[in-house]
Amino acid sequence: MKTNTHFAFFDEGSKKEIRRAILKAVAIPGYQVPFASREMPIARGWGTGGLQITLSIIGKQDVLKVIDQGADESVNAVSIKKLVQATTGVKLTERTQESSIIQSRHRIPEVALTEGQILVLQVPMPEPLRPYEAKEYQTKILHSEEDYSGAWLMLFEQIMKYGQTATGADHPVYVNNRYVMAPSPIPRFDNPKMHQSEALILLGAGREKKIYAVPPYTDVASLAFDDYPFAVESFEGKHCHLCGATNVFMDELIDHSTGETIYQCNDTSYCMERLNANVEAEVEENHV
Amino acid sequence: MYEEPILSVRNLKKQFGPGCHQCNQEHDKGLEKNYCPNCGTVYACQDISFDLFPGEILGIVGESGSGKSTLMQCLYFDADATSGEAYIHDAALDGQNVFSLSSQKKRYIRNHKYGMVYQNPVHGLKMNFSSIGNIAEKLIAAGNRNVSEMEGVGKTLLENVHIPLFRMKEAPKNFSGGMQQRVQIAKALSNNPPILFLDEVTTGLDLSVQANVLDLIKRIQRELGISMVVVSHDLAVIRMLADRTIVMLNGEIIEEGLTDQILEDPQHAYTQQLVYSLL
Repeated sequence: MKTNTHFAFFDEGSKKEIRRAILKAVAIPGYQVPFASREMPIARGWGTGGLQITLSIIGKQDVLKVIDQGADESVNAVSIKKLVQATTGVKLTERTQESSIIQSRHRIPEVALTEGQILVLQVPMPEPLRPYEAKEYQTKILHSEEDYSGAWLMLFEQIMKYGQTATGADHPVYVNNRYVMAPSPIPRFDNPKMHQSEALILLGAGREKKIYAVPPYTDVASLAFDDYPFAVESFEGKHCHLCGATNVFMDELIDHSTGETIYQCNDTSYCMERLNANVEAEVEENHV
Repeated sequence: MYEEPILSVRNLKKQFGPGCHQCNQEHDKGLEKNYCPNCGTVYACQDISFDLFPGEILGIVGESGSGKSTLMQCLYFDADATSGEAYIHDAALDGQNVFSLSSQKKRYIRNHKYGMVYQNPVHGLKMNFSSIGNIAEKLIAAGNRNVSEMEGVGKTLLENVHIPLFRMKEAPKNFSGGMQQRVQIAKALSNNPPILFLDEVTTGLDLSVQANVLDLIKRIQRELGISMVVVSHDLAVIRMLADRTIVMLNGEIIEEGLTDQILEDPQHAYTQQLVYSLL
């Protein structure tokens, strides 16, 4: 016998509990709200936090986009998309502008998000102070007393060791001048996009059982010392070898036959759209 | 005495356990040493009052379990005092009982007014972070956000405590016990605290290193004029460092006075025993 699954996979009680955690997270920007992370059909650590948020906020009229490290077509993104669609029947899209909910792993799309959109980020390690203090009990106290010397100390250590801050991703941010938050492992390049973002940003950690949020139009500042200012990854003089874009986050690829280094947009849908626009322009030109 | 004390402690009490009808009485608690034989409540500190004056070193001696370390923990907010008051002579904190302040305020005092050197460096240092980072941690906590400035302060301090600078990026876990203790002292001194607590700093160090560390403490006191509270069960250390000394037994102060006075002419039976057991 095949029973009908519930809308959006979860029973209503679960959705309610997760929504309540989300509301609290939105009310206290950057504060990690504990929630009862459910068993999901995918393993913990594969985006269950983001998936649980997506499933509990999604409605029939929503349009969903899922990306994994900037790619719409990676296995993980596709299977999450399939699961959500199979249980809700919502429309899927790859275009950032069309979507109302974007679940993402480790990237914020290149196309600027707008009011009314919700960005759901998957988080492996929600506690920015964890490498400094192993005990949850202690980090809770540190957050409550706003003692973030640990987060600064980690940056100081990097400067001592490497002469610069060496956070490849997940560079800690101050949210609303109160809580220091792990922005999930997005590159430093994406950190400034969180500042005064028009879209609501929700972050979910399934394994660590935490939900936190950056509401729209909230101040988000990356941690930096006076004499070592925060800097994003630089792609100066580089351009995408497919669409020619500059000033976007790019992957560095090495052509094995020639040994040459080439750069390519990390955000695949952004790149695809630019390519299609080029083709359309070309076709139009030839027809006139 | 015209000077104002920089730290005054009044009627500090710390007990472990709820107490019972027998030991809750004001007088004649019927304690056996420092615990109640009826309910097992331990009275670690009973009515401790003392003053610490600017630039002086106050020694606290007593046997194990006499409440010395508990007293330090209460003063440094590592443990909550059961009752009592402490006042710091400071423009921002004058007239406020520091035990009743919010935890944020207590943290402010720890970061700006206090320095602490624990007996075991594990408690005072982050063993996996670099030595210079350990010193910077205290500076960052005190609000410094300038890397080169902090590096400069750290280097000066490490030089002061004779840690070779080429090892400053090494973690203290790679250091010997004496070196760890010296890094800890450097850390405690980093933001020029007016008050420094030293809890059995030389216990467990060999004699030559002990002499080094004591020398260092004495020099710091002379040069920077920092007030210190030194806890030790080693009378030789107390004799060398402390101007005044408090003798504790079973959680109570049984004698206090100038160090020479106490060592040469002990009044209380326990102090006499303590002084005469000095080898």
